Amino acid sequence: MALAPSKDTATAKGSASTRDASPARPPSRTPSRGFWSSTIGKKTVMAVSGLIMLAYLVAHVAGNLKVFFGPEEFNGYAHWLRVMGAPVLHHEWGLWIARIALLAAVGAHAVSAYQLSRRDIRARPTRYARKRKGSSYATRTMRWGGIILGLFIVWHILDLTTGTVHPGGFEEGKPYQNVIDTFSTWYGNTIYIVAMLAVGLHVRHGFWSAAQTLGVGNARRERVLRLLANGLALVLTAGFIAVPVGVMTGVVN
Amino acid sequence: MKLNLRVWRQRNSGAEGAMATYEVDGISPDMSFLEMLDTLNEELILRGEDPVAFDHDCREGICGACSLVINGDAHGPERTTTCQLHMRSFRDGDTVDVEPWRASAFPVVKDLVVDRTAFDRIIQAGGYVTAPTGAAPEAHATPVPKAAADSAFEHAECIGCGACVAACPNGSAMLFTSAKVNHLNVLPQGAPERETRVLDMVAQMDAEGFGGCTLTGECATACPKGIPLPSIAAMNKEWLRARRKVK
Ligand code: HEM
Ligand code: SF4
Ligand code: FES
Repeated sequence: MALAPSKDTATAKGSASTRDASPARPPSRTPSRGFWSSTIGKKTVMAVSGLIMLAYLVAHVAGNLKVFFGPEEFNGYAHWLRVMGAPVLHHEWGLWIARIALLAAVGAHAVSAYQLSRRDIRARPTRYARKRKGSSYATRTMRWGGIILGLFIVWHILDLTTGTVHPGGFEEGKPYQNVIDTFSTWYGNTIYIVAMLAVGLHVRHGFWSAAQTLGVGNARRERVLRLLANGLALVLTAGFIAVPVGVMTGVVN
Repeated sequence: MKLNLRVWRQRNSGAEGAMATYEVDGISPDMSFLEMLDTLNEELILRGEDPVAFDHDCREGICGACSLVINGDAHGPERTTTCQLHMRSFRDGDTVDVEPWRASAFPVVKDLVVDRTAFDRIIQAGGYVTAPTGAAPEAHATPVPKAAADSAFEHAECIGCGACVAACPNGSAMLFTSAKVNHLNVLPQGAPERETRVLDMVAQMDAEGFGGCTLTGECATACPKGIPLPSIAAMNKEWLRARRKVK
């Protein structure tokens, strides 16, 4: 089937009686070698931006666990975030650099996820009569899980960064009390715990996927990559959920 | 054996299709799935009805023409081609759904026959070597490392059937394309086009309207030739490398 012109190859796999009904299907658009127009290029953007967010989450969970060492240490840590990089960096510059990088990562991730998802759905419009679940739960929930995470990020910032939707009096510079306020409401706990389960699932498939997308995965590294993905997912989910559980049980008060 | 078949019938690419039910009797467990369909077609012809159109050629698992989704599985419940699937894999009285490959890039031509020329155009975009190879050369003329030879051979097993696309929830052709790219890219004979091959074949694959890869792994599970999922990561690596090297 290799080198014949496409008009002839059209018949190679169609039985003779149906040949006239099948004009060779033309490609849907002109091929492009460009990075962003390629599905692999978009997926690379998704992988790199996902890994940037993942690195942030690892730092974030470590910081959050300081809540178990009391208000002084936790609030002190929040203060340090504002002076990190000093005296080279001006007050809050380090924090703003991180915020801008993260915002860019979320944007790039969401745009590539949206564009690829639309393309994927268009590429396979018809379902089979008998549906079979051929992949893992984490794999099948990447899109909905991602949407949940996107909504969570918005709520989370409005709750604990700007204080816009914070329950009780939000006090800047007093994150210890703010955290207790949020996790003293049933909905605060519910939203947060659901989102953290979503993070775990997303990272479980996402980390391993990113390794494949970036060409790091191979048969030999399969076990170690799966182990790392599951380990990261577990540490993130358990670490984040420990905080509301701590507040609910009165360990943090 | 007796089977209750539900088969996709569609007059031509423009027509609406639907599942039609047929009872097929007198099936031997030693028949292949295609022989079972032959039995049905003989009966349909005797009755003066239009026989069910399906693709087939070698009927020995090497050409890649046969292409049926059976009970939701590309090539059916065993890891083999439809022509090498035998009726002993089913039980008397079973209801069996038979559908064509489903993907926008593989439009239905008639009944169970789909147009897979998109694969041909992916091959034309780079699935060849330009080095004149002539007749089979002396085996040691071009030394090939054992690992590379094994890898090339593993990927050369792809028969271009398209089961990977049919099984993929995104209708992605990454497994097929990776088999073809890796097959030639690991060999010294394929080295002159190493970069352009992967860039052009991936560009053609995308232009054909196949979906992107979300690494569900359903392609590798369906592949009758055992092309493994890590082949996709290997192609991604080649693509990223080529992007850096080619302006
Ligand atoms: C704005 C919210 C988010 C959306 C809409 C989203 C959506 C998605 C989607 C649709 C995929 C592709 C799934 C697939 O290929 O099967 C994906 C992959 C990924 N996501 Fe997210 N996600 C979001 C947030 C996050 C966060 C917070 C992280 C950080 C841990 C993350 C890390 C990853 C990684 C590492 C991948 C793998 C990239 C690859 O497949 O190569 N995502 N995301
Ligand atoms: S990779 Fe496997 S399933 Fe896909 S076309 Fe080749 S042989 Fe068929
Ligand atoms: S008919 Fe050739 S592989 Fe099935």
